[in-house]
Amino acid sequence: MLDPDFNPAIRVRGLHNRFGAQIVHDGLDMEVQQHEIFGVVGGSGTGKSVLLRSILGLRRPDSGSVELYGRDVETLAAGDRNSLVQSYGVTFQNGALISSLTVAQNVQLPLREHYSLSEKTLDELAEMNLLMVGLPLDAAAKFPAQLSGGMIKRAALARALALEPKLLFLDEPTAGLDPISATAFDELLLYLHSQLRLTVVMITHDLDTLFQTCSRVGVIIDGRMISDTLPGLLKNPNPWIQEYFHGPRARAAAMESGNKSGNG
Amino acid sequence: MTAPLALEPQGDGWRLALRGDWSLAAMPGIEAQLKSLPATLKGNLICDWTQARAPGISPAWALLRRLAEAAPLTISHAGNPPHFLELLQKLHVDRHAAYSALSAEPTLERLVGKVGRWSVLQGVHARGVIVFLGRIASVVGQAFSRPGAWRLSSLVRHVHETGITAIPIVALIAFLISVIVAYLGAQQLSRFGADIFVVDLVTIATLREMGVLLTSIIVAGRSGSAFAAEIGVMQLNEETDALRAMGMNPIELLVVPRVLALVIALPLLTIIADAMGLAGGGLLSLINLHIPLPQFTARLRESLSPTTFWAGLVKAPVFAVLIAMVGTYRGMQVRDSARELGRLTTVAVVQSIFMVILADALFAVLFVQIHF
Repeated sequence: MLDPDFNPAIRVRGLHNRFGAQIVHDGLDMEVQQHEIFGVVGGSGTGKSVLLRSILGLRRPDSGSVELYGRDVETLAAGDRNSLVQSYGVTFQNGALISSLTVAQNVQLPLREHYSLSEKTLDELAEMNLLMVGLPLDAAAKFPAQLSGGMIKRAALARALALEPKLLFLDEPTAGLDPISATAFDELLLYLHSQLRLTVVMITHDLDTLFQTCSRVGVIIDGRMISDTLPGLLKNPNPWIQEYFHGPRARAAAMESGNKSGNG
Repeated sequence: MTAPLALEPQGDGWRLALRGDWSLAAMPGIEAQLKSLPATLKGNLICDWTQARAPGISPAWALLRRLAEAAPLTISHAGNPPHFLELLQKLHVDRHAAYSALSAEPTLERLVGKVGRWSVLQGVHARGVIVFLGRIASVVGQAFSRPGAWRLSSLVRHVHETGITAIPIVALIAFLISVIVAYLGAQQLSRFGADIFVVDLVTIATLREMGVLLTSIIVAGRSGSAFAAEIGVMQLNEETDALRAMGMNPIELLVVPRVLALVIALPLLTIIADAMGLAGGGLLSLINLHIPLPQFTARLRESLSPTTFWAGLVKAPVFAVLIAMVGTYRGMQVRDSARELGRLTTVAVVQSIFMVILADALFAVLFVQIHF
């Protein structure tokens, strides 16, 4: 069995990934501690999604190891692999809700697959997950196409939480949302993180989200990762990091988060 | 294995001991045990979590919901309760608020509402079809004064795709069906020594009905579905909206070329099907009935009236318009999801085949009335 309290929750060592002649990851190391919100940033094409896919076991890395809860993902037996898959939840960039199922059915899908439960219980659990992510109850019977962007992200989060994971992977959770919805999503994430004691790994380009929610951030540069707390990264001399965190957008986001913590 | 629940009286209330595995994995067993709790409970109830192992949020929610149904009950928790109980209690309050906001309509109103919505929907639907027809007519009308609207290259492509690439399958099926009809006909007619009338049977059946009908059904399956799917995917990708936003008319660009292409291709395919059908009849007559080819053609000429060939061919453009319009219209209706695309493509094929057969029946009655 997996030990859900093992620290670090994720350990990636010497990850190499390449597509033909193009080297994406060149000895990338990454460690995520229990109960932290870890942000992953990097320019377009630096392999953020590839890293996520490698950690989830959706892509076999060319070399290097990925350990979740101290267990190497690649060498896991089938049964352990199954319990590992159930120990994390994932939301994909565009929600990836099954378009032919209603929102409630989407949330129930993993529960139905893994446990034999009565319809009444399944309905209750779908309701709980939808309430948890702050969706109105009449959204349950709607199809994904009938939802707004913000609601799709929330429904995807509800589905990711259905199997009660300890570890949550979010791929661009606030991309394409208006600032109000994005802020609401950040607050929801922080609330669930504290209530459910989740460990969160989040790929994001949203600097507001980064400053509001992440305790540590990993930056992918030249196929490797530099990870540090935000104040630490702000002092890092690397030119790309300087440009990223000291551009006009970053300054605004940092100022806002500074004000908030100063006032509160 | 210990039962996950044990209810025992304590003081003026109850003590509910939660034992063993209380994680999501144990949910099926817990669900069954929760059902066995008494329907109503009164007084104070203490949930004792001391012996519960790895409590999960889903089983806890099921427990709270079950206890809430058993009201009036004052619930408290003891023995290191799980950290998420606070969240669950908040969700419970949220749920109440959400349900009181959703006021349920009375049954009768819901029923009347359903009928009303359905009728309005049918009206909207009928209007949509008429508007679609009108748009096509207006594009075709404009095209006479504005030759650019004919979209020749697109038209040629669709004639190729719906017509030329369909020749092998149409030819093969027309040939085989005609052989089958001739074979079965020969078996019956030879009993009366009327073998020669097989020629009449094959010619009239092929030229008046089967050539055009078979071709239309094949084309509806091939091209009707393709039209719906192509246009449907463009709808899903917002390509049609992009065209509109650039000042182009999707009806002119997408629909009219397909309709016109089929109007050109289907009669030509019908002629091929007619020829192949006659060839099939001739071949079977030769092999099975030993009617030599010159005798077959002579009898063929006698059995034909001047209108036999035209009675079949004149239907082809009408069927073509029906197939193309149903396909493109259903394609334009696709919204939102992959499932809609599949559904409307199916609807397009089924409906166009139905329309073709209905129209064929009307033509049959009409031709009898006017002795065509």
